[in-house]
Amino acid sequence: MKLPTQFQDHRHVWVYIELEESQVNPVSIELLGEGRKLADKLGAQLAGVVMGPPKGGGGGPALEEAFAYGADLVYLVESQLLTNYRNEPYTKALTDLVTIHKPEILLLGATTLGRDLAGSVATSLKTGLTADCTELNIDSDGSLAATRPTFGGSLLCTIYTLNSRPQMATVRPRVMSMPERQTKPVGRIIRHELTMVEEEIATKVIGFLADNRSDRPDLAKADVVVGCGLGIGAAINLKHVGALARTIGGEMGCTRPLVQKGWASSFRQIGQTGVTIRPKLYIAAGISGAVQHRVGAEGADLIIAINNDPHAPIFDFAHVGVVADAHRLLPALTKAFSRLMPFRERQLCELRVKAYE
Amino acid sequence: MSRERFDAIVVGAGMSGNAAAYTMASRGLKVLQLERGEYPGSKNVQGAILYANMLEGIVPNFRDDAPLERHLVEQRLWIMDDTSHSGMHYRSHDFNEQRANRYTIVRVQFDKWFAGKVREAGGTILCETTATKLARDGSGNVIGVHTDRAGRPILADVVVLAEGVNGVLGTRMGLRDVPKSQNVALAVKEMHFLPEHVIAERFGLTGDQGCVIEALGTISRGVAGLGFLYTNRDSVSLGIGCLVSGLAESMESPHTLLNGFKCHPSIKPLLAGSEVKEYAAHLIPEGGFRAIPELHGEGWVVVGDAAQLNNAVHREGSNLAMTSGQIAGEAICTIKNQGRPMTKDNLSLYKSMLDKSFVMRDLIKHKDVPALLHTNSQSLFSTYPKLISQAAQGFVRVDGSTKIEKEKAAIDAFIKARSRWGLVSDAVRIARAWR
Amino acid sequence: MHIVVCIKQVPDSSQIRVHPVTNTIMRQGVPTIINPYDLFALEEALRLRDRFALEEKRWLRNPSRGKVTVVTMGPPMAAQALRKALTYGADRAVLVTDRRFAGSDTLATSFALACAIAKIGERFGPPDIIFTGKQTIDGDTAQVGPGIAKRLNIQQLTYIKKVTRIDHLRRSVDVERCLEGGTQFIESKMPCLVTMADGLNTIRRGSIEDSLRAARCSILTWGVADLGVREVDKFGLKGSPTVVKRVFAPTPRAQKSVQLETASKTVGHVADELVAWISSHQPKLADMPLSKSGA
Ligand SMILES: Cc1cc2nc3c(=O)[nH]c(=O)nc-3n(C[C@H](O)[C@H](O)[C@H](O)COP(=O)(O)OP(=O)(O)OC[C@H]3O[C@@H](n4cnc5c(N)ncnc54)[C@H](O)[C@@H]3O)c2cc1C
Ligand SMILES: Cc1cc2nc3c(=O)[nH]c(=O)nc-3n(C[C@H](O)[C@H](O)[C@H](O)COP(=O)(O)OP(=O)(O)OC[C@H]3O[C@@H](n4cnc5c(N)ncnc54)[C@H](O)[C@@H]3O)c2cc1C
Ligand SMILES: Nc1ncnc2c1ncn2[C@@H]1O[C@H](COP(=O)(O)O)[C@@H](O)[C@H]1O
Repeated sequence: MKLPTQFQDHRHVWVYIELEESQVNPVSIELLGEGRKLADKLGAQLAGVVMGPPKGGGGGPALEEAFAYGADLVYLVESQLLTNYRNEPYTKALTDLVTIHKPEILLLGATTLGRDLAGSVATSLKTGLTADCTELNIDSDGSLAATRPTFGGSLLCTIYTLNSRPQMATVRPRVMSMPERQTKPVGRIIRHELTMVEEEIATKVIGFLADNRSDRPDLAKADVVVGCGLGIGAAINLKHVGALARTIGGEMGCTRPLVQKGWASSFRQIGQTGVTIRPKLYIAAGISGAVQHRVGAEGADLIIAINNDPHAPIFDFAHVGVVADAHRLLPALTKAFSRLMPFRERQLCELRVKAYE
Repeated sequence: MSRERFDAIVVGAGMSGNAAAYTMASRGLKVLQLERGEYPGSKNVQGAILYANMLEGIVPNFRDDAPLERHLVEQRLWIMDDTSHSGMHYRSHDFNEQRANRYTIVRVQFDKWFAGKVREAGGTILCETTATKLARDGSGNVIGVHTDRAGRPILADVVVLAEGVNGVLGTRMGLRDVPKSQNVALAVKEMHFLPEHVIAERFGLTGDQGCVIEALGTISRGVAGLGFLYTNRDSVSLGIGCLVSGLAESMESPHTLLNGFKCHPSIKPLLAGSEVKEYAAHLIPEGGFRAIPELHGEGWVVVGDAAQLNNAVHREGSNLAMTSGQIAGEAICTIKNQGRPMTKDNLSLYKSMLDKSFVMRDLIKHKDVPALLHTNSQSLFSTYPKLISQAAQGFVRVDGSTKIEKEKAAIDAFIKARSRWGLVSDAVRIARAWR
Repeated sequence: MHIVVCIKQVPDSSQIRVHPVTNTIMRQGVPTIINPYDLFALEEALRLRDRFALEEKRWLRNPSRGKVTVVTMGPPMAAQALRKALTYGADRAVLVTDRRFAGSDTLATSFALACAIAKIGERFGPPDIIFTGKQTIDGDTAQVGPGIAKRLNIQQLTYIKKVTRIDHLRRSVDVERCLEGGTQFIESKMPCLVTMADGLNTIRRGSIEDSLRAARCSILTWGVADLGVREVDKFGLKGSPTVVKRVFAPTPRAQKSVQLETASKTVGHVADELVAWISSHQPKLADMPLSKSGA
């Protein structure tokens, strides 16, 4: 099908660069990596979009990062109105940018902010938006093929945006791999003025209360995760999981039923409706490996599955399978690992484990 | 605004409740039906065979839109030991009649349909609403029900208890006793999905034809029990029911029995490649006539399984349930039309109408069977099936021994297992119970 | 006070399975439910209505009972979901159904729902707040809510945990919003659209009166013609910029996992082997405390 003429001059791939207290959210870097590949396939340029409060000149570290991870240019919108994220000014800024500069593809992280923004931008532009993609590709005719899970992850579907531009997609954190950082100078920056005044904005941010960090593990960023499922049998056995995780310097994760039972906080849930992890090592104990869990875990470099059922689906995607009783193997593993450590290190670790119990 | 009042409240939207509610609503009574399940049928497990006559008496043109799976043209009774079965098959082209006599149904869909009919007739059905208590007036007459939802009790002239075999409303309120364990069977069942053409090929069926297999023998490990397999359109219902008392004595788990049945070499190929859905367990009242409780009182009647109206011998339950519901409904309409109150005396009309129907007559006929099954389960469900299988195999296998020798070996085996006297007394007992 | 809640009937995806051979979805007997996230929205709406009624009672002689209208776009069968919402305590229900809505993506869905909400406003008074769930479990896009807000040109407040205060005179609302690192407190204007985050309330069990009302309440059913919209090509497949080209099952990993032999070994032995395996196969773990041993 031929694209309507008004869209034919849409070019280039854009990545919305999300800032968290002026730091770049890692998901945006992952997207820059992905966007670079798409842009290369299209023979187009990769642009980052940075929006935020005025930084007095340089636009802050976000600009450097954008170029270091592959952007050819950056669109920058700075305004006092963009101090805290609010839907109206951000939507207006991004919508205006797109209308003026006409990207072909616009990618955002599927974070709270990204999803909030993407939905209203897409509707304003009357264009298609594919959420939570797990794979992005350029088709033979140059259109974006966005693949995402459907039916709770049991199937995947590939979605195209016909007849309208830009083609928008969101991707969840840690779904794409982190690209290598390059040392590249800051390149071309195109500034845009936000034409809006505070009175036009109905929403005011009154305050913010940060969560207690201790029960908010950052699973998505952890290098080592020890996950457990219903196979651990009872809440009390979580201590074995925690002990192992602490010993090897990792975080504890779990499956959804554990959260539903109230055994673990929802921030620990790995999977489709939880966090996507990408650790170097994932030890999954007593987890059956349902698709909903799998989609959040299979990005791990090394997956070790412990399950007493040799036919558990987790063995379909684990790298190493151990058919064993998790109750017995977990403490043994903790011991085996700690034996590898030098004495002082071990003592400290045991203290930590004790404190946890 | 004065309080809303119903002519009748029906507790339960199973076979008997729907029949009662439909009968009353279609005759103009203001009926409220309560169902604790998410929707009518959600809690109901049944094999399931529908006997057309009884439903025809209630909804004459039910064939137009009821979700019927297959009409039955063949019945098999298999006697099994661990590796073989011998049996009787009855198949007749006569069953391919316009208005077939028996159909397989899937209760989940069927109950939904039947409840839809109640709604069409003007009845109101509230699902996910459990009747928790009967509301009584100062003199103890039932005047309505309390539910598990917030709010005042709902009032009605009469309450029809159609709550099934383990309905606790009637037992909790002291209207009847909790069924004894030797009077209830526990049935476990699975649905095996298979493509329609595969079912047709495996069972030799065309179009909507269906087939039933009932099986007894070592599959129930000596407990009084019966395995069954019913063909639906694109699924097979497979299950086994055993007396609860027997299960308790033998410590067998029904789930293990069902697995054994499923893996029996005669059954396994019939299910090969199927997708299993829905494992369910349910009780079946098997106490027969002697277990029937009081059927009516001041402002209430009880129908269907709750009243133990179930013919274990012929594995009929839903038709007795429907007919008892219908009769209760008709009796209530009659009393209402005469402008009389729903007292115990007046409601005895239900009992007398029921006594005249096939429901009571059949149950009286088989009143001794339950006791027989209970006391002779080992010989009936284990010893004999094994002997029969051995004998059958002996006759079929050609191995050079003479036919006379084989006959003698078979008879010797029977005598050895049960003794001459045991055989005679078993025969007499069975004959008596069936008389 | 008039609150509209958008709910969707979805297949219970925990019960969906993919046929191992044909790779197609087996919908056999998969029950449908109200999208679980929408129940949080519905409960919050009902609470607001009730709270408002209490406040009014305190101040006014003739309090106006607030109303909650539930709306869904879907096949005729979706009426079940609405009926259920009524038993939870919603006051009226609107089913938006038409063959021409079939194949809608989020853009077309939000257009149809926005039209329906506009019409609900004409019929029953303009809504003060519109609620949606944060996302559906089948579509799972979290776009329909923001889409509706944009179409109706009202505030969108996403991932809301709680509506803490409503000031009718100033037409303002205070909400708590769930962010990755904590809770944000926001003040905004009415009318607005709120997408509810999960987990902070549980849907009530309606009273027996609610059930009776639900059983008897007739559900308004509107098709394309009833919405009074000229641009019919904005509905359904035609109004959907995205198309699903291909649906397929995830490819299994080419290599099966290495199975660690465990028979006739003690757990300690198995653990040691596993640790050895990990240390030799995952050199990237160099910064883990365990490998600092060097030995
Ligand atoms: C819409 C939707 C979204 C979902 N999102 C998620 C999600 O994000 N994340 C998620 O995890 N789930 C999610 N689920 C749930 C998911 O479908 C599965 O139900 C869940 O992942 C199963 O958890 P489990 O493996 O802990 O439990 P089970 O499936 O019960 O598995 C337990 C396993 O433990 C093994 N086991 C038992 N005892 C032992 C022992 N002593 N030693 C070793 N092994 C043992 C068993 O063999 C079994 O394989 C979602 C479901 C739906 C419907
Ligand atoms: C495995 C199996 C196979 C069978 N096969 C056959 C067969 O092939 N042919 C046949 O004719 N019969 C068969 N039967 C028997 C038949 O299913 C029953 O006899 C029949 O369903 C009885 O109908 P009922 O209305 O009395 O009870 P049910 O169908 O059990 O209905 C009772 C209803 O009341 C509801 N309820 C209970 N308590 C309350 C309360 N307090 N408040 C609100 N609602 C309540 C329940 O949820 C239920 O829906 C079979 C039974 C089983 C278990
Ligand atoms: N067809 C629909 N009818 C009514 N509401 C819907 C429909 N689709 C989505 N919604 C609402 O929009 C929210 C987000 O849906 P989604 O964008 O599909 O994740 C849901 O939680 C619902 O409240």
